[in-house]
Order: sequence, then C-alpha cells, then structure tokens
Amino acid sequence: MTDLAAPEALPKPKRDLLPVLLPVILALAMAPLIGSASSWVTLTVASLAMGMMIFIMASGLTLVFGLMDVLNFGHGAFIAVGAYVATLVLLPLAGWVQADSLLLNLAVLAPAALLAMAVSGALGLVVERVLILAVYGQHLKQILMTTGGLIVAEQALYALWGPQIIPLPLPTSLRGSFIIGDIAIAKYRLLAMLVGLVVFLGIQLVLNRTKIGLLIRAGVENREMVEALGYRIRRLFLGVFMVGSALAGLGGTMWALYREQVHASMGNDLTVLVFIVVIIGGLGSIGGCFIGALLVAMVANYGGFLVPKLALVSNILLMVAILMWRPRGLYAVTSR
Amino acid sequence: MMILSGDPPRSRVLSILLVIIIAALAVTPLVFPGAKAMNVATKICIFAALVASYDLLLGYTGSVSFAHTMFYGIGSYAIAIALYSMGPSWAAVATGLAIGLPLAALLALGIGLFSLRVEAIFFAMITLAVASAFLVLASQLSWLTGGEDGRSFQLPELLRPGTVLISKDLFGFAVNGRTLTYYIVLVAAAAMILGLLRVVNSPFGRVLQAIRENRFRAEALGYRTVFHLTYANCLAALVAASAGALNALWLRYAGPDTSLSFSIMLDILLMVVIGGMGTMYGAIIGAAIFILAQNYLQTLMSVASNAAADAGLPLLPGLLHPDRWLLWLGLLFIASVYFFPTGIVGRLRAGARRPLR
Repeated sequence: MTDLAAPEALPKPKRDLLPVLLPVILALAMAPLIGSASSWVTLTVASLAMGMMIFIMASGLTLVFGLMDVLNFGHGAFIAVGAYVATLVLLPLAGWVQADSLLLNLAVLAPAALLAMAVSGALGLVVERVLILAVYGQHLKQILMTTGGLIVAEQALYALWGPQIIPLPLPTSLRGSFIIGDIAIAKYRLLAMLVGLVVFLGIQLVLNRTKIGLLIRAGVENREMVEALGYRIRRLFLGVFMVGSALAGLGGTMWALYREQVHASMGNDLTVLVFIVVIIGGLGSIGGCFIGALLVAMVANYGGFLVPKLALVSNILLMVAILMWRPRGLYAVTSR
Repeated sequence: MMILSGDPPRSRVLSILLVIIIAALAVTPLVFPGAKAMNVATKICIFAALVASYDLLLGYTGSVSFAHTMFYGIGSYAIAIALYSMGPSWAAVATGLAIGLPLAALLALGIGLFSLRVEAIFFAMITLAVASAFLVLASQLSWLTGGEDGRSFQLPELLRPGTVLISKDLFGFAVNGRTLTYYIVLVAAAAMILGLLRVVNSPFGRVLQAIRENRFRAEALGYRTVFHLTYANCLAALVAASAGALNALWLRYAGPDTSLSFSIMLDILLMVVIGGMGTMYGAIIGAAIFILAQNYLQTLMSVASNAAADAGLPLLPGLLHPDRWLLWLGLLFIASVYFFPTGIVGRLRAGARRPLR
C-alpha cells in the first residue's frame, strides 16, 4: 500500500473572480463622480462598515438556507431581539458606557453583545424546534410559519418594552473620528469593519478547515448520504440555525449602536434589506452574501451622496441589475 | 350551478354560512344604516375580493407574494390622484381605472417574468423587496401621493351621502349616494369573486393547480409554467387593483396606512389561511370572520386589559392591550397553519365528505 504513488491532484474548480472585483470596480468608478478624495474615503469606509454589519445579519439567513433549505422570514426577529437584549446590559450600566475609558466601554459592550448572541441563539433553538421542525421541506408552510413568528416576536417586543424608540448612545471612546489629513474616519465604523471581517473569516475557516465544516458542506451536497454514514444531521442543522440566529443578534446589537436607537420595527425593516443582500449574493452562498452586503451598502452610501432621491429605490435597482446579469445571484449554489 | 362555475360549496354548513354572510351584506344598508356597520360591511366585501385574488396566487399556484398590497394600493392611489387632480367627475374615475389597472398588470408582469422563472421562494423575497420600495416611494413622492397624509378627494355628485335618491317616506328607509356606493362595491366584489371562481375552474385553473402540485411534472407535460404563473400573477394584480379602487371610492381617501402598509398584507395572509387556501369560498368566510373580529373583538380586549390592570396583574395588561391584537392573530396564524392547513372551508368540506363517525 505504501508504495502507491500519491493520487493525481484533483483539478481545481475554476475560480469565479468577477463578482469579487465588482465592489472594487464600483468604488473606483465612483471616485471621479464624487470628486473630492476625502469624501470618497469617508463614503467608502462608511459603506464598508455598513456592509459588514449587514453581512453579519444576513450571514445567518443565507447559511440556514444553504444548509437546511429553510428560508426564515422571521430572521428579522432575531435581529430586533438581539438589539433589545443588548439594551438590558447597556442601559443599566450607562455609567460605564459614558466613562471615557476604552477598557470600561469594551467591558460593557462585550457582555452586551455576548448576551444578545446567547438570547438570540436560544430563541433560534426554540423557533427551530417549535416552528420549523414540523415543516421541513415545505417551502410554502415555512414562509407562512416564519412570517407568523416574525409578527408574534415584534408584537411581543412591543408588549414587553413598549412602542417608544429607545435611545442607545455609543460608548464615549467609540464616538468621534480619527482625522488623517482632511479625511475623517469614524471610530465605530472601524470597529464594525473589524468585527465583520472576523465573523467572515471565522465562518470561512469553520466551513473549509474543520471537520464540522466538512460535514456541513457534505450535508448541503447530499444530506441522505451523510445520514447514511452515521452522522446526526438534524443536530448539525440545529447548531447551524442557532449560530445563524446568534449572528443576527450580534448584527442587531451593532446596528442599534450604529443608529444609536432601538425600535421593535427594526426587525421588519432590516428583513427586507437582508433579503436583498441574500438574493444578490445567491441563496446559500457566504461569499456571495459578503459581496452582496458590500454592494448594497456602497450603492446606498454613494447613491445617497450623489442622487439623494435615488437612494430610496437604489437597492431594488441594484438587485434588478444583478439578477439580469446572473438570474440566481452572484454565486449560485449548485445543489439547489 | 352555472354561476358558480360547477364548483359549489360542497358542504351544507358552508353553504348556510355563505348564504347568511351574503344575505347580511345585501341588507346591511337597510337594516343597520349606521356608519360603523356600513364600514364593516364594505370592508368585508372589498377584502373578500382582495383575498380571493390572493387565493388565486397562494392557494392555486402555491406562490407566496408579499406585493399584493402594492397592487391594492396602486388601484387606490390611481382613483384618489385622478379624482384629486381632475375634480369629482365620472371621467376622473374612468381615468383612474384606465391608468391604475394597466399599471398594476404591467408591474405584475415585470415581477413575474423576473422572479417566477426561478423558484417560489425567490418570488416571495423579491415581491417583499419591491413592495417595501413601493411603500417608501409612495410616502416620499408627496407632490403626487400626498406623502404620509395621503389624498382625500370628493366623489362625483351621484355617490355623495348628501344625494338623496329615494327619500325616507316612500319605503321607510332612505337611499342616498352612500347606499348606492355600497351596492356598487358589493356587486363589483361579487362579480370579481365569481369571475375568479370561473378562472380557477377553467382548464387554465387546472394547470395552475398542476403547477402547485408538481411544477416539474407540469412542465414535462408541455405546459409553459412561467407563462401560466405570470398570467395568474397579472390577473390577481388586476383584481387587487380593482378592489383598491373600490376601497378608495368608499373611503374618499387613499393613504399609505389604508392601502399599502405591511399590516394589510398580513391581514390578507391571515384571512386566506383561516378561510382556507385554494377554495375561493375561504376568501369570503375568512374576510367576514377576520373583519368582524377585528372590529368587535378589540373592544373586548380593551375591557380585558383594563380588568387585568385593575386586578394588578403584571404583564397581562400590556399583552391584552387592543394595540397588541396582532400578537394574538400571529399566534392564531401559526396555530392554523400548523393544525388546520386547509382552513375553515377545508375542515367543513372534510366533515361533509364523511359525515358518519
């Protein structure tokens, strides 16, 4: 056995780089239109930060669809719940939030984000068991069930916290901007970009470099075969659903801090944005979702700067343009 | 049987219920001429037609659309803007219809060609995105739509409440322009529902059901599924826009809250599911039950909420507050999808098929 030659390396799958270049091309093409370099940098950083936050919220949705073929119309509920739970930590500890010390600020932000993720993840467990387990494989019922779940969650938030908007100020040391020359870069946006990158790389690492990731990818390709090999794929999917919900909770917390307010309707509003991103990226593709989020944020920021009226429908126009080019999104997942 | 297109209710209880609802709607202006009762009855008529058109999509083709209120809103706004800018005349009503209905159909065609090619789930997401963009547009283009305030307008002379057609002393009840408007709404809604019943029982309707059951197989049999689905989508949009036009005529107003908001979409979904998907009769039953509950149960909820507050119970007053009515509807919705996927009509028909047990 040992003298067998190493098998020929499998031919590498062709890399499809065009979508990756799309945000870069878009950013560069916008530079002459915007004119001043400093506003271009500010806008680009703003879009990157916004895109990363949208990605964090959308990644769970696309993962869950890709792996379980479940489209969760109630995904926005996890986002809103995450934001509300974060206020439970951030508002009582307002003293620490106001303190002008990065250490104290992070000491309150980290538990807030972790608690938001934990509660959203736990809610994901309940939702998967109660709402989705009964309707695996039936798209129509999934949509109806999860839409119902979204209504109930939103109304429950209203009942528990009241209909008013809760202001959520940014921690003191994350306010303001770094000024380099005449370019201003908001500190919180840098943090958002950092967290977004970590999440993206983390998901990619887990999916491509670990055994669990291997099983998940195998399950996407052929779930019966994975089950036949003795793995309990249901449990794997439940885990993925919980992680997806937890990420939505994290994204909701970050979005609430970005907007500096929390409201029960945010889940509903963000659902639409997240859907557009997931459609653009190709249902089920993490890489596509990442690029889609960046594109949506760029179009929103550049469009808002150049033609403010256009910003209202820019997302739809972007989606139409992408779907004309690739009807199943940037990266279509082959098994679907 | 001709008028029902050979698709009778097929359950005695259901037939009786339908007769009661229709008879009650027909005599409402004579028996309960009060403003609230008239409003409730009109809303039932309009929503029965709207929900029936949604049933054509959800129940017969199995595709979930979240853009149905958009078409409903297009119909409302077309009438409102035409009557607002051209003054109260029949020509303005005709112009509104002539612009609104084709616009709705064209938009439905665009969405359909774009998203029905791929998957049902795609269609649901894209309609949601388009509808939310439309809602934003309608509330931002205030020079055209009046923004958040919407547009109020005057009706043509004949339909105004002040116009007395038959004075009270002749038959014992007065017939004024308002009554006439009500009967226009009632007859138009009935015509639309009967028309839809005809559509779903035609060979075209059979193909839609075949697509719902197994799209791949329908395609293999040689049917162009995209064509059929898009056609159904346009038909549903046309009916929805007409229902919207009726709504605007009744309210003398069109605004984002009454004709476009997401909560109307949820109401429609609830009515279809509670009434029974894929039955058409479910639309009438669902709309009647839902709207009666919406108008009269909320009073009950506020009583319960106040009682709970007086008793000093925690949390319950908030949960029972009339504004939280959607919370309970959502729970009801989940429960009915879970336990009664065929809705009231499906239940009644199943009961009629095997009466002995």
